[in-house]
Amino acid sequence: MKQIRLLMGMPITVEIVDPTAAQDDLEQVFALFVTVDHTFSTYKEDSEIARINRGELAPAQYSADMQTILALSAQTRKETRGYFDIRRNGSIDPSGIVKGWAIQQAAQLLRERGFRHFYIDAGGDIQVVGYNKGYPWHIGIRNPFQRGENVKILALTDRGIATSGTAIRGQHIYDPHQPNTPLLDVASITVIGPNIYEADRFATAAFAMGKEGIRFIARLADFEGYMIDAQARATFTPGFERYVVREP
Amino acid sequence: MQKATPARSSSGNEAGTQICVKQAEYQIEIMSEDTDTMKKFALAVLIIGSFILFSLVYNHNNNALLPPATTSSANTSNRSSSTSPTPAASSTNTPGATYKDGTYTGSVADAQWGNVQVQVVIQSGKISNVTFLEYPNERDRSVRINQSADPQLINEVIQAQSANVDIVTGATDTSEAFIQSLTDALSQAQA
Repeated sequence: MKQIRLLMGMPITVEIVDPTAAQDDLEQVFALFVTVDHTFSTYKEDSEIARINRGELAPAQYSADMQTILALSAQTRKETRGYFDIRRNGSIDPSGIVKGWAIQQAAQLLRERGFRHFYIDAGGDIQVVGYNKGYPWHIGIRNPFQRGENVKILALTDRGIATSGTAIRGQHIYDPHQPNTPLLDVASITVIGPNIYEADRFATAAFAMGKEGIRFIARLADFEGYMIDAQARATFTPGFERYVVREP
Repeated sequence: MQKATPARSSSGNEAGTQICVKQAEYQIEIMSEDTDTMKKFALAVLIIGSFILFSLVYNHNNNALLPPATTSSANTSNRSSSTSPTPAASSTNTPGATYKDGTYTGSVADAQWGNVQVQVVIQSGKISNVTFLEYPNERDRSVRINQSADPQLINEVIQAQSANVDIVTGATDTSEAFIQSLTDALSQAQA
């Protein structure tokens, strides 16, 4: 059972392979994303994050989810030598961590409902669980220069995979240490991690590091990365190849 | 929930936003004769995503989706074109339609890694096709591979893969440059 919804400004796809999947299971997942969006969208004036940024809420009034995200953001900032930072110009924007966290929550929800084989894809950041009709999930890494073309095909199960990049989109990640210097060296960096929350936050931070980002990923245990630079050259971590599906 | 870059040009009325989003969603179903369903899907996703982002940004600013037909975005490159509708079909206006029939070419927008230019075909007042005339794919792929000083990392030149996949990972779909070019094309088509 598979469905796509447009939420949080991006397509969110949920596919459950288990035959017991029902419409309500998918609805619960989408409802979770709607709730997360209402709390964390910086585009919604009545979101909690918007109210915080306008100074309308004291820390004691923050929701449990907000406190969790702020704590996780602070932790990630430390773990990435400050490259992951939700603070800018006097306000906070935790978008770089919320998406992965939301996918993670949604995956947990499906696990608790007894599902063993599914994936959740939110705007190209993906959690895969179990198998697709007996095979690992096959995931393409999109060519950042050529939409509709994949440059790598990976076979994954029980992993999170996230890509940060400029692609053809406008810049949305910057280096907090040099906020006014555009990140131009790297077109995209894809990170495979133990789950989507981990993969997403480190992909965001690694992209902000520029060409050094892939080294950062290489030093993390249980993470692999594939970076594509502006000249269409790829650099990848040694363990990455074990996930690669060879062309026949 | 990706952060969008700030909106640029603006003016007009808010209603345009809603109309546009609806039309794009509706037309995606019948959009192409493209044999490659993946491309079709990616394009559909791109368009929907773009419109949603765009409408969010503009709603937020209380501004409209479409700049006036006479204005071309200040941010487009100087290679921008302004093709007039072809064929010069008598601009029949279907009741309720927002756009005049014809083919409209958007301005060339700088997508940082290259240029983006879209062409929009309007039939019966609705978008019947969107094609890319330019896309940032003219990268030099023959650059010599420089083995990194770090022996742990491995290098290669990227290569297209043809096998089928279940899912695709990539940076978020919305493209400001795409929106810019599409907006320009649609503004020409506005009745």
